[in-house]
Amino acid sequence: MESWLNAFALLSNFVIVPALAYGSQLALGALGVSLVFGILRFSNFAHGDTMAFGTMVVILFTWWFQSMGISLGPLPTALLALPFGIFFCALFVLASDRLVYRFYRKKRADPVIFLIASVGIMFVTNGIVRFIIGPDDQNFADGERFIIRARDFKEMTGLAEGVSIKLSQGITFFTMIVVVAAVFWFLNRTRSGKSMRAYSDNEDLALLSGINPDRVVAITWIIAAALATIAGTLYGLDKSFKPFTYFQLLLPIFAAAIVGGLGNPLGAIAGGFVIAFSEITITYAYKRFAGYLLPEGMQPDGLVQLLSTDYKFAVSFIILLLVLLVRPHGIFKGTGV
Amino acid sequence: MSYLIGEAMTGGYGGVDILHECTIAVDKGEIAVIVGPNGAGKSTAMKAVFGMLDIHTGNILLDGEDITALTPQARVAKGMAFVPQTNNIFPSMSVEQNLEMGAFLRTDDINTTMEEVYQLFPILREKRNQNAGELSGGQRQQVAVGRALMTQPKVLMLDEPTAGVSPIVMDELFDLIIDIARTGLSILMVEQNARQALNIADKGYVLVQGRNRFTDTGQALMNDPEVRRSFLGG
Repeated sequence: MESWLNAFALLSNFVIVPALAYGSQLALGALGVSLVFGILRFSNFAHGDTMAFGTMVVILFTWWFQSMGISLGPLPTALLALPFGIFFCALFVLASDRLVYRFYRKKRADPVIFLIASVGIMFVTNGIVRFIIGPDDQNFADGERFIIRARDFKEMTGLAEGVSIKLSQGITFFTMIVVVAAVFWFLNRTRSGKSMRAYSDNEDLALLSGINPDRVVAITWIIAAALATIAGTLYGLDKSFKPFTYFQLLLPIFAAAIVGGLGNPLGAIAGGFVIAFSEITITYAYKRFAGYLLPEGMQPDGLVQLLSTDYKFAVSFIILLLVLLVRPHGIFKGTGV
Repeated sequence: MSYLIGEAMTGGYGGVDILHECTIAVDKGEIAVIVGPNGAGKSTAMKAVFGMLDIHTGNILLDGEDITALTPQARVAKGMAFVPQTNNIFPSMSVEQNLEMGAFLRTDDINTTMEEVYQLFPILREKRNQNAGELSGGQRQQVAVGRALMTQPKVLMLDEPTAGVSPIVMDELFDLIIDIARTGLSILMVEQNARQALNIADKGYVLVQGRNRFTDTGQALMNDPEVRRSFLGG
């Protein structure tokens, strides 16, 4: 019995807890991608770098607050800087819409043109972020580090294996739930949210109903910027901030959005967790886990790791390919790719 | 003078004119029907009246006011409503949300209007929490008309409201259209089922190649031997 509990604690510590946090970050990212796809009708490749931009602003404000001695006590100061990050990120995204996307929208350009334009925005954003904050790792987490330490958990339960939950993981999961609930409430209950869904459903009829397309587009960008900044900040708090990592996050985020069904907000959340759990369960080394469960003498010598963590992006890629081949509309019915 | 007039409209998509000096008018509480062979420009005439098409000559007058330069959205605000032939609902939104979106421009209380729509189309009340995309063809058409009525329009324009529905549903829809006209609305519609449409029409327009060929009361057109021979199949 105790070996089972130890095995479960081990799995919780190294797989379930990190995957829940990572899944929440992906879900928030994918939700932004999915919203832009559903309403503006293109795959926004700049989303990863939008996350980096928003997070960069959060970091700069965090440092400023830290230098003034402002803090949230046990909570990271970054939470205080988050609204500023969202504000400047929204301004940046609205400016890019005004300068680039609006031109193509007027011309009623094909989605693929928007996609290529977004690749351009991606490179420009990436450049701006590196120029301002540099290409290196930045650590901006402060406050308490843990909700539960592994040592305390061991003392509490008497098990050999400990489960530690980092504060950043707790905050990530909690924030994800609050933000997702807020987005769904907005889309389903408010006049602006419903007009966004109407515009996504049937653009021409939305125009005939007197819905102002410019307003819908602006609100969509603001929400996408907010989601990107929140997702990016949570990821940065949980791991660390490096512009290139955020660019790489684009793949798992798109995989999540497509797995769930592009344009379907619920699907984006589910997709985020599917990708996160797949990535972590496949790259985890099960040697010690097996050691608890298998009888004496049958313990494996190797690491029992399906795939090295270096190849974690391959997991997203393979899931993406499988979904596109077998079920192009995603788990939930999205608009399709 | 009629309540809504599209007078001597000439224009089309891009460079080619589809309409030539075409005139369409409808009075208060009247049903006007545009019929004609395929490609006669029936829907085009309707779109021109609603401002979805550039006309380079001719005027559109609503209650004596020249609205030729207004966008379709501005015309909605002036009291015109348009139900397109296809894609005329928000499929992933509930019936009730479809109606709400119809009333998007209104800032007053929409509940009484919604109640009126539900009274007109009782089936929609039953299905009000269902997604409009899951309804049958006839029910979707009712959602589409209901959405258009939510702005409390003075003119309702219908582009082939009975396209693709069964004959029974078609009769029901025609009955509903008469009911709507009785409430004082002007109805302008394009119809493929010329015979039935002219039966309920106060005024009929037979278009051929974008020109007015015959214009008379619905009854007179039905009785006109030439119209019968050429357009109503004897």
